[in-house]
Amino acid sequence: MNSAKPEPVIEVQDLAMGYGGAILMQDITFTVNRGDIFIIMGGSGCGKSTLMKIMIGLKEPAKGKVLYDGVSLWDSDAEKKALMMRRLGILYQSGAIWSSMTLGENVALPLEQYTDLSPARIRETVALKLALVGLAGFEEYYPSELSGGMRKRAGIARAMALDPDILFFDEPSAGLDPVSARLLDDLIVQLSASLGATVVVVTHELASIFTIGNNSVYLDAGAKTMTAGGDPKRLLEESKDPKVINFLTRGEAGSGGGKLK
Amino acid sequence: MKTENQPETHITQLPDAAVVVYISGDWKLGRQVPQATDTENRLSALKEIRRISFEAAGLSGWDSSLLTFLTRIIAYSGRTGITTTLEGLPEGVRRMLELAAAVPEKKGGQKEEKRPSFLARVGESAVGFKRSTGEMLAFIGDAVVALWGLLTGRAKFRLHDLFLAIQESGAQALPIVSLISLLVGIILAFIGAIQLRMFGAQLYVADIVGISMVRVMGAIMTGIIMAGRTGAAFAAQLGTMQTNEEIDALRTFGISPMEFLVLPRMIALTLMMPLLCAYADLVGIMGGFIVGTGMLDITPSQYYSRTVAAVSLTNVWVGLFHSAVFGVLVALSGCLRGMQCGRSASAVGEAATSAVVTSIVCIVVATAIITFSCEMLGI
Repeated sequence: MNSAKPEPVIEVQDLAMGYGGAILMQDITFTVNRGDIFIIMGGSGCGKSTLMKIMIGLKEPAKGKVLYDGVSLWDSDAEKKALMMRRLGILYQSGAIWSSMTLGENVALPLEQYTDLSPARIRETVALKLALVGLAGFEEYYPSELSGGMRKRAGIARAMALDPDILFFDEPSAGLDPVSARLLDDLIVQLSASLGATVVVVTHELASIFTIGNNSVYLDAGAKTMTAGGDPKRLLEESKDPKVINFLTRGEAGSGGGKLK
Repeated sequence: MKTENQPETHITQLPDAAVVVYISGDWKLGRQVPQATDTENRLSALKEIRRISFEAAGLSGWDSSLLTFLTRIIAYSGRTGITTTLEGLPEGVRRMLELAAAVPEKKGGQKEEKRPSFLARVGESAVGFKRSTGEMLAFIGDAVVALWGLLTGRAKFRLHDLFLAIQESGAQALPIVSLISLLVGIILAFIGAIQLRMFGAQLYVADIVGISMVRVMGAIMTGIIMAGRTGAAFAAQLGTMQTNEEIDALRTFGISPMEFLVLPRMIALTLMMPLLCAYADLVGIMGGFIVGTGMLDITPSQYYSRTVAAVSLTNVWVGLFHSAVFGVLVALSGCLRGMQCGRSASAVGEAATSAVVTSIVCIVVATAIITFSCEMLGI
């Protein structure tokens, strides 16, 4: 998946985040290269989703920069920031499909807003995007008529509406049965490989981390910073940090594993 | 009276500074189980204890009631430096106690009850008021910018959403508006009739009902109905979208929630309110007509001609102006509270409640301002 020479797409530099003046995480620095499937991992409540919200322009960082192809997202004016955000396709944890619209309308809306395609071409594109996620023919369904897994897949179809070159997934397998979770992982890998998109996944599912990830960052809520990064499989073999090893082995290798925290 | 399998404890002191706590009976929630405090008192009355063990041969059943009892006794032993041995307890009980003690209580984990001083609370309220006023003004500013964008052809929303909002805040509100307006007309006619009968001037009931309904009551009643019905619905819809990250999803696509969600709702309610108000005026007058012709011996033609003579076009315009202003206020309050909503189910409920309260306060204040202004201008 990686080209011979890594080409940085997203650079997070010296980032700090928090709420109401209190810093919860700091000194976060990492690079996501083109074609990576990059995992943001860590225990529950460590700030993974908040980090993603900062990266996609929804929550301002307390400090630091997020650069896309060398251009700082948070230092850009509103118009430029909106343009940069349009490069991103995002799957939210809940799917976040607009509930008052059908699946077809959900996928069509970004196309109607930002392209001059004719209604017929938009219909064709919507049908294609839904077919790519295994929801061919579901255009007229409302989100409330679908299962959780289908809503997430519809969320991916909408995220891909404008053919973004960077895709973000927030806990894609949360709330799904193991088979649906696995199918979703396969879909992410296929999309990344065939579209050449860079993918950032927020997750704590070990199965997903090892199956799809080729680069990662580990956030430690106790240390209030990132304590590891790199290929998750290499981290498992080479990391000396007991918390990282504990996390990557479900507490079976490290000391104190299995205790509730 | 002693019942069968009554949960009981008794304590026996052994010669080597040891105590055995015998536990027997059926220890189940809902039964009268011994209090840990009593056992603690009995233990503290004994001198020189270094070890407590338990004997549960007579125990016929147990649940959390036994575990909470034992946890208290173990905690008491810990405080007083006595060692406890759990061998005599059933294995399940021992495991549960080990599980409960596996993770020590987090230091500072308990919430401290902090009651700020009176001055601090006044200060916090003042700062909160300033912040919420700022947010409200910013929201109004954004709404005006979005409206300007619409007028200059830059703002975008789906016409389908506008028609849906028009249907929700227009046609679907007709039944409740009819009922309330008819009753208000009837009530006004009755109250007027009682006073006017003293002077033999029942005919003027038509004036009272006509003028009050058309000039202000129709608009106020419609405004309050729409605040409770549509304003709350707007807040709940937008609040739920906030909770489900749907508004985040709009933002990341570069679609302004103000244009896409707030604008169609605001336009729909501002357009529909004067129409509903005009309808409410007519139904209210109909209520007065029913009382007048049915109970006050006024003929239908007399009632009609009195109403036409009394109600001027100025009154109609003033009423419609009221209702248009209320439409803007109710839509703004509902959408503001919805957009400010937190990310939980209870926050959606709070947003809906807050939207209704804000709308009604705004309606009353706006009525006072408009009435005063009309008085000053001689309208």
